[in-house]
This record gives sequence, structure tokens and C-alpha cells, in this order.
Amino acid sequence: MSAIVSAKDVTKIYEGGFHALKAVSLDIEQGEILALLGPNGAGKTTLISVICGMVNATSGSISVGGHDIVDDFRGARSLIGLVPQELSLEPFEKVINSVSFSRGLFGKPRDDAHIEKILRQLSLWDKKDARVKELSGGMKRRVLIAKALSHEPRVLFLDEPTAGVDVELRKDMWEIVRGLRADGVTIILTTHYIEEAEAIADRVGVINDGEILLVKDKAELMAQMGRKELIIELQDPITEVPAALGAYDLVIGKDGQSLEYAYDTRGERTGITALLSDLAAQGLVLKDVSTSQSSLEDIFVGLVGDAA
Amino acid sequence: MNLTAIKAIYIFEMTRFFRTLLQSFVSPVLSTSLYFVVFGAAIGSRIETVEGVSYGAFIVPGLIMLSVMTQSTANASFGIYFPKFIGTIYELLSAPVSFVEIMIGYVGAAASKALLVGLIILGTAFVFVDLNIAHPVAMIAFLLMTCFSFSLLGFIIGIWAKNFEQLQLIPLLVITPLVFLGGSFYSISMLPPVWQTITMFNPVVYLISGFRWAFFGEAEVSIGLSLLAIALFTGACIAVIGWIFKTGYRLKS
Repeated sequence: MSAIVSAKDVTKIYEGGFHALKAVSLDIEQGEILALLGPNGAGKTTLISVICGMVNATSGSISVGGHDIVDDFRGARSLIGLVPQELSLEPFEKVINSVSFSRGLFGKPRDDAHIEKILRQLSLWDKKDARVKELSGGMKRRVLIAKALSHEPRVLFLDEPTAGVDVELRKDMWEIVRGLRADGVTIILTTHYIEEAEAIADRVGVINDGEILLVKDKAELMAQMGRKELIIELQDPITEVPAALGAYDLVIGKDGQSLEYAYDTRGERTGITALLSDLAAQGLVLKDVSTSQSSLEDIFVGLVGDAA
Repeated sequence: MNLTAIKAIYIFEMTRFFRTLLQSFVSPVLSTSLYFVVFGAAIGSRIETVEGVSYGAFIVPGLIMLSVMTQSTANASFGIYFPKFIGTIYELLSAPVSFVEIMIGYVGAAASKALLVGLIILGTAFVFVDLNIAHPVAMIAFLLMTCFSFSLLGFIIGIWAKNFEQLQLIPLLVITPLVFLGGSFYSISMLPPVWQTITMFNPVVYLISGFRWAFFGEAEVSIGLSLLAIALFTGACIAVIGWIFKTGYRLKS
């Protein structure tokens, strides 16, 4: 796989001195789904805006599909579709005109069949003659997606696409995203919903304070960073951890009915076998045993917290 | 050149125009008819002739210019300001179009609308007064040049404006007074000598004079000066727009 978007040392200092991006370098592979996670003001939207052409970088270079975004902006931008965070739409225009306009703006010849396909896919076909202002927020979001897809992009940016979106649209959207990926479209999304990044992304990038903290294969990231927790439910409640079990750093759960043991899956030995036999030696009767893996959210909070 | 994109912008803008038909067509026609009734019929009946032309006919070129200038400026400034205001400018900036193409789309649409309004007013004028156009081709040429140059000015205003107040400010405080004082309703020679001299610094005088020449074959300033004035004005607007595009002024941070 080769990089379809390649950013090198991209820095953005806004007028007024705000350092939104600090020498960001990032390679996005062709055909992958990359999730960019980061708190508000981390620089996610600025990075997307620089790549798409709404904001000039202060320094650094970016190429999309081998086209430099400044010297060959036509080549670069014609590959890109963008679904912005804000619901920015001309309110008095009909849905279908708004979507066809986007296709024309990108220099693509009129293709009614393609527009119809997209509108149907997004359940907008019934609303094609409605004015944009008559639509609900979720419907407007669908129109924005339709506009971005109208010109058949090879790289699709979704900036917080599911903010304020109902469950149904979210489901539809992920279905479309998976369909696009199957067609070889590269997708970059920013989201606050970590479970979504977890569910859909191939790779996850974490950005905070204008810097990319890491970009990793999602599974690898979770395996590497993943701490697991063993929860042992007891037959009889206890009030304190027996002194002989002190080395395990056990925590007593609520009502004294359970013990929690945290371990690292990366460790050579997890210590589970020893713990279980020591528990038995202490005469504690086990009712149930379960494990839980830390989510991306835990990883994310850990990373951003460390950086702060 | 991304011609498809220019066409898309042009059609999108023209659709907006036809959507607001009442505001776009009916209101200029109505206000012009009022001018004809008040100035042409009521006041004009007490005035014999101006420069050998009946007063009702004399004000026709000025009235058309008044509407065309304000319409061109308003259309073009609103056309590019509105996407900035509602945020849809993101799409223009992220599309594979150059600033020049964006400008051609918006200015072309604004000028077309103003031209249509101008022609409609001309048509309305025939209802009220007897008109003979001495140089029809020159008349259309002057009309076209005015439409385009003032649309360019409007485009600059729309990019510069940060809010609706600023959008109205220049048309209200600069263009309307210049047009009214530029001889729309009177001949410059009717003014006291001091004011005649001052008026010569008003660029609109040259446009209206040239346009009036196309109608009646008589001009207050030479036709060459009129053409030079339009050329200078258009050149200045293009220079400013060139600078805007080079720097991304108020378009890209």
C-alpha cells in the first residue's frame, strides 16, 4: 500500500499567534479508514482544512495522490470530498440542485444517474425537491454527505460526521463508509465517539495540542496499550484483602463481593494462574470470573492526560 | 479552465435570482415607474426641455444607470458574501477551481442580472416616454461595461464585508450619492460653476454622460473621456481583486 495523502512538517500559526499545528507529518494509506481522535481545539479540523484548501499552511508540504496541494491544487482537490463539521448549506436551494452544484463545481459532467444513486443511498430521494431549510439536522447532514460524494472522490474527509446525528443515520453512514472503502476510497474521519473509531477504523491517530501523538493500527494499538482487568466475584463478602495476597494490588469491589486485578497483556506473565491458586489457598470461594479489556477511550484519555 | 465549475456557479446564482423574482424584477420596475411618474410626469411637465430633449426622456439613461449600478453592486456583493456568511464558502475553497473562475462565475451572474434589470427598465421607459436611441450598439456596450465594472466592485465589497452592515455601507454611503450627484436627473450645466468643477471628480458623471450620448447623441463630456473613465475604474477593480486572490484576503486564513 502506498500513501495517498502525505503531509510533511505541516505547521499552522493563525493570525494572532495560535499554534494550531506543530510540524505535523502524516501518511494516509490508500484505501484505509483512518480515525483522528483528539479533544476540541487539538488541530483536527485545521489539519483537514489545510489538506482541503480552506486554510493556508504556514510551512510544510502536503500531497494528495501525488499532487502537491498548492502547485497542483486542481489535481489534488479533484480527488477529495469533504463533509464539514458545520451544517453549512444554502438554505433556500433544492436538495437536488445543491448536490448537482457540487458535482459541477468539481468539473464533473452532469450525471443524473449517479446523483440519484447517492440520494437513494442516503434516503434523500424523497426529499430531492425539498428546500434545504425545511430539512431536519440529520437530513442536512445527509445532504452534506451527498454533496461530497457527488463528484466521486477518492479520498473522503468526514469531520465529526456523527455529532448530533441519530442512531439510524449513524448506521446508514457507517454502511456507506464501508461500501466506499470496498470501492477503494480512502476515508479520514474525526470523531469524539471513540467507540466508532474502534468499530470502523483500520488505523487510529491521536492528535492533541497541534501534534500527532501516535498513529497506529487499531488492533495493534489496543493490544499494545490494552490493559485487562480480571474481576473475581466471591461467594462471601470480605472487608479487607488478606495480607498474603498483598503483592497482587487487588482492589475490593462494591459490597466486598468482588476483587479486581489489573494486568498487562503485554507482560510475559500475567500472574493469573498464581493469583487463582493463592486465592484458593486463602480459602476464598469464587463465584464467577470475568475479564474486560480497556477501550480506545481509556487509551486515549491516558495518552492525552500524559501529554498535558 | 474549469468551465463546468464556472457554469455551475453561474447557474446556481441565476437560480437564486429567479427564485426571488419579486425582489429582483418587480421592485426595480416599480421604483423606476415611480420615478417616471414623479419626475417625468409631475415635475417634468413644468420643465420644457433639457439639452434639447424632453425631461421625461432625458432622465431615462440616468435612471437605468442608477438601477444598473446599484443592482450590479448589490448582486455581486451579496452573491459572494452569502456563502461566507452561511459557511458554504468551504465548498468553493476546497473545489478544484481557481479564484479567477470563482470570480467569473459570480461577477458574470451579477452582471447578467443587472443587465436584465436595465433592459426591463428600458422597456418600461418606452411605456412612459417617446424614446429614440441614437446609437443602440454603443448603448448596449456602455450598459454591459457598467454592469461588469460595478459587479467587480460589488465582488470586492462582498469579500471585504465582515457583516451585513458593512455590506450595505459602501452602496449606501458612496454609490447612491455618487449616482444621484452624477447627473442622473439633471444636466451638469444646470449647476453653479463651483459645483460643476466638483462634479467632474465624480466618476459616475462620465458613465452617465457616455450612456446619455448613446441615447441622444449629445454628451456633456467627451465620449473618449467616458470610455477612459470606465477603463480606469474596471482596471482598478481588477487590480484589487488580483491582490485579494494573491493574498487570500478575508477568504483564507
